[in-house]
Amino acid sequence: MGATTAGVVFIGSLLLALAAVHVPLGDHMYRVYSSTRHRRVERALYRTMGVDPDAEQGWGAYARSVLAFSLVSVLLLYGLQRLQSHLLLSLGMKNVPDHVAWNTAVSFVTNTNWQSYSGESTMGHLVQMAGLAVQNFVSAAVGMAVAMAFVRGLARKRTGDLGNFWVDLTRGVLRILLPIAVVAAVVLVAGGAVQNFAGPHTVGTLAGHPQTLTGGPVASQEAIKELGTNGGGFYNANSAHPFENPTAWTNWIEIFLLVVIASALPRTFGRMAGQKRQGYAIVAVMGVLAVLSICATTAAQVAHHGTVPQAVGSAAEGTEARFGIVDSAMFATATTLTSTGAVDSFHDSYTSLGGGMAMLNMMLGEVAPGGVGSGLYGMLILAIITVFVAGLMVGRTPEYLGKKIGAREMKLASLYFLVTPGLVLTGTAIAMAFPGPRASMLNGGPHGFSEVLYAFTSASNNNGSAFAGLTVNTPFYDVALGLAMLLGRFLPIVLVLALAGSLARQTPVPVSAGTLPTHRLQFVGMVAGVTLVLVALTFFPALALGPLAEGIR
Amino acid sequence: MGMFQNLLRRHAAALRALLVLTAVCGVLYPLAVTAVAQLPGLKAKADGSYVSADGRRAGSALIGQSFTDAQGRPLKQYFQSRPSAAGDGYDPASSGASNLGPENVVDTKDGPSLLSQVCARSKAVGELEGVDGRRPYCTPGGAGAVLAVFGPRDTAGTVVHPTRVISVNEPCPAAPFRSEYRGARVECAAGGQDYRDGVIVPVRGDAPARPAVPSDAVTASGSGLDPDISPAYARLQAPRIARERGLPAAQVERLIRANTTGRAAGFMGDPVVNVLKLNIALDKAAPFRG
Repeated sequence: MGATTAGVVFIGSLLLALAAVHVPLGDHMYRVYSSTRHRRVERALYRTMGVDPDAEQGWGAYARSVLAFSLVSVLLLYGLQRLQSHLLLSLGMKNVPDHVAWNTAVSFVTNTNWQSYSGESTMGHLVQMAGLAVQNFVSAAVGMAVAMAFVRGLARKRTGDLGNFWVDLTRGVLRILLPIAVVAAVVLVAGGAVQNFAGPHTVGTLAGHPQTLTGGPVASQEAIKELGTNGGGFYNANSAHPFENPTAWTNWIEIFLLVVIASALPRTFGRMAGQKRQGYAIVAVMGVLAVLSICATTAAQVAHHGTVPQAVGSAAEGTEARFGIVDSAMFATATTLTSTGAVDSFHDSYTSLGGGMAMLNMMLGEVAPGGVGSGLYGMLILAIITVFVAGLMVGRTPEYLGKKIGAREMKLASLYFLVTPGLVLTGTAIAMAFPGPRASMLNGGPHGFSEVLYAFTSASNNNGSAFAGLTVNTPFYDVALGLAMLLGRFLPIVLVLALAGSLARQTPVPVSAGTLPTHRLQFVGMVAGVTLVLVALTFFPALALGPLAEGIR
Repeated sequence: MGMFQNLLRRHAAALRALLVLTAVCGVLYPLAVTAVAQLPGLKAKADGSYVSADGRRAGSALIGQSFTDAQGRPLKQYFQSRPSAAGDGYDPASSGASNLGPENVVDTKDGPSLLSQVCARSKAVGELEGVDGRRPYCTPGGAGAVLAVFGPRDTAGTVVHPTRVISVNEPCPAAPFRSEYRGARVECAAGGQDYRDGVIVPVRGDAPARPAVPSDAVTASGSGLDPDISPAYARLQAPRIARERGLPAAQVERLIRANTTGRAAGFMGDPVVNVLKLNIALDKAAPFRG
C-alpha cells in the first residue's frame, strides 16, 4: 500500500469507527443524563458533597454552581503548584512561579490545557495526577453538563428547571469519562505508554553518554487528556513523545478518543429533544466542516509548499517518523476542530497553509465536533443564528425546535458568538503593540505574527495547541492568555445557560407552513455556510497578515 | 446575610465535590491503572520499554539516542538517528521540536535558519555516506541559498533592477554561491547587518528535486526523541556500516529488515527502523573493534 492510500484508509477508518459508535455512545449518554435513578456510590458522593441530587436548578443557580466549582478548582490547583516542593512525589521540582501557576491553573480548569511550562522539568507526579489530571476529568464533565443543561432548555417547556449541576458533573465523570478512560489507558500501556511512579532514571547510552529518562503515571493521564478534549501533555513534546504516543496505532486510538464524545453528543441531543433527526442534522454539519478541513489540511501538508519544505522534499520538520505526514495532519486537524490542543507534530513548522488551517479550525469556534459539550452548545448557537438569518432572508418566523428566537435570545446568541473574536483580536493587537511581547516570537515576518495570533486563538477558544516557537512563560503572556482562557470559557457558558433559561420558559409554537425545517439537507448546508461566512468575515483580515501572507505567492 | 450564606454554602459544596472527585480521578484512577499495568506483558512496557546491551540497561526502545562522540561527530560504526531539537540532542529532560517555520530562511545572530540547518545536515550526511548531498535552495557550501535584493520595486513587489544584492546566509569573506543576480553583483553578508528591508529571494538552484539524502535525515522530529528513521535512511547508511564493521552487505540488510516495523495493520503510520535496537543487534552480530 502506498503512503497516500494508507493515509486515506487511516482517515476513512477513523471516520467509520466514529460513525459506528455514534448511536450506542450517544444513547448511553442520553440515559446517563436523563435517568432519575442514582447509583449507591453516587448517593454517597452527594452526601459527602452536601448537595441534594433531586433538587432542580434554574439557569442562575446552575451557572453559579459552575462558577463556584471552577473558582475552587483554580484556587486548589494554584495552591498545589505553589506548594509543590513540600508535597509528596515532587521529584525535587521547585514551587512553580506565580504567573506560570496562575496560567496553568486557569488553563486546566477551562479545559484549555495551554502549557507555558515544560512538563518533565516543572511538574512532579502529584501535581500531574492529583491536580492536572483531575481537571482533565472535571473540566470535561463541566462542558458536558452545560451542554446538557442547554439541551434541556431547548427540550423542556414552561419551566425554569435545567437539571442539577452536581448530578450532571458526577455522572459525567463516573458513568462516561472514567470507564472509557480506564480501558483506553490500559490499551495505551499495551502499546508502550509508560505508567509507573519511578523518579528520573539515568542510563548509559550505546555511545556512552548519560541519558536521563523520566517515567510517571503517563498512560492514565494520556487517556483522559484525549477523551476529555483537554490536551495537556505529561511531557513537553505532548503526544509526539514516544512515552505518550508510542506507535502508529496508539496514534489512531488517541485521535479516536479525542473526537468520540463530541461527535456522539448530537445523538444525545436528538434523543433529549425527542427528534433524532435534529441530532443527525447537527452531526451532519459537523461532518461537512470536518471533512472539508481534513482535506484542506492534508492537501497542504502533502503538497508541502514553501521554501524549507521544498528543500527538504516533504513537510517532515516537527513530525515523527512512525506517524508520517498524513496521520500527523489528521491529528492536527482533529485536535484543533475539537478543543483538545494535544499535538503529535509541531504546528509551528507546518506549511503556511497547513498551519493556517489549524488556526481556522479553532476560529470556527471549535464546533466540528468541538470540545466535549462545548462543541455541541457552540454548534447549537450557530444553528440558532442560522434560523435567525434565514428568517430575515425569507421572512419566516425564526424558531428552533418550536422555541421562538426573539430579541433576548438573539442578543444572547450574538454575544456568545462575539466573545472569542473579541478576545482573539484584542489580545493579538495588544501583544503586537508592545516590543516585549513581540520579542517572544521565534520566527520573523508573517510567521512571527502567526505565532501570536495562534496563541490568542488557541487560548480564547480553550484549545491549548500552539505555534510553540513563541516564548510564553513570560508574565505578559501568562496573564494575558490566562484572561483570554478564563473569559473565553466562562462568558460563553453563562450566556448559554441564560439562553437555556429563557428557552425553557417558553411554550413551544406548533409547526406551521411558516416554520423552517431544521432537519433537512438544506438546513445543514445553511448552518455550514453561515458558520464559514461569519468566521471568514471576522478573521480574514488577521489571517491575511499571517498564514496567507506567508503561504500565497 | 442570606445571600452571603448561600455563597458560602455553594463554595463549600464545590470544595467538597472537588476533593471527592480528586480522590476518585486523581488517586484511585491512576493507582488502578498502574495496578493493571503490573500484569505480565504490560509491566515491561509500563516501566519504559528498557532494552539491554551487554547485560546492562542501554536505554529505552522508545526513546532515540545520539550515536556520536563527545564532540558530536557521528560514530561511523553506528546507524545515525535523525537530527534532534531536544536540548543538545536526544535529551529527554527537554523534549520538543525546533518550531522553526517553513519560511525561516535567513540566519540571525541567534543561530542558523531552518533552511541553513537542513542544507548543512544534507551536505554532512552526503559526505559521510558518499552520496550527493545537494538540495533545492541550498548553496554548495551547505547554507540556505537566499538573497536580499535592494532597489526600486514594481507593483508586484519584484525588484527588476537591483542596486544591491546580498547572499544573506554566507558571511564574509565567503564567496557567494552566485556572482550576479539580474545584473547586480552578489555580495557576501557583513556581520551584524540587518537585511530584512530587502526582498528575500530564495534561489532554487539546480539540485535534483529528489535528493539522495532522505527528508527524515535532515529534519528534527516533533519530540526530539524520535527512536526511528525511515528504511530509506537506513539503507543509505548500510554500506558505511558494512565497511566499518567488515560485514557483508547482505547481513546488514538482514539486520535492517529485522528491526523494521511496517505500517500497523497495513495502513497506520509509516514503515520505520528502530535505530537503538538495530545498533544493539549490530554490536551483537559483529562487535566493533575500532
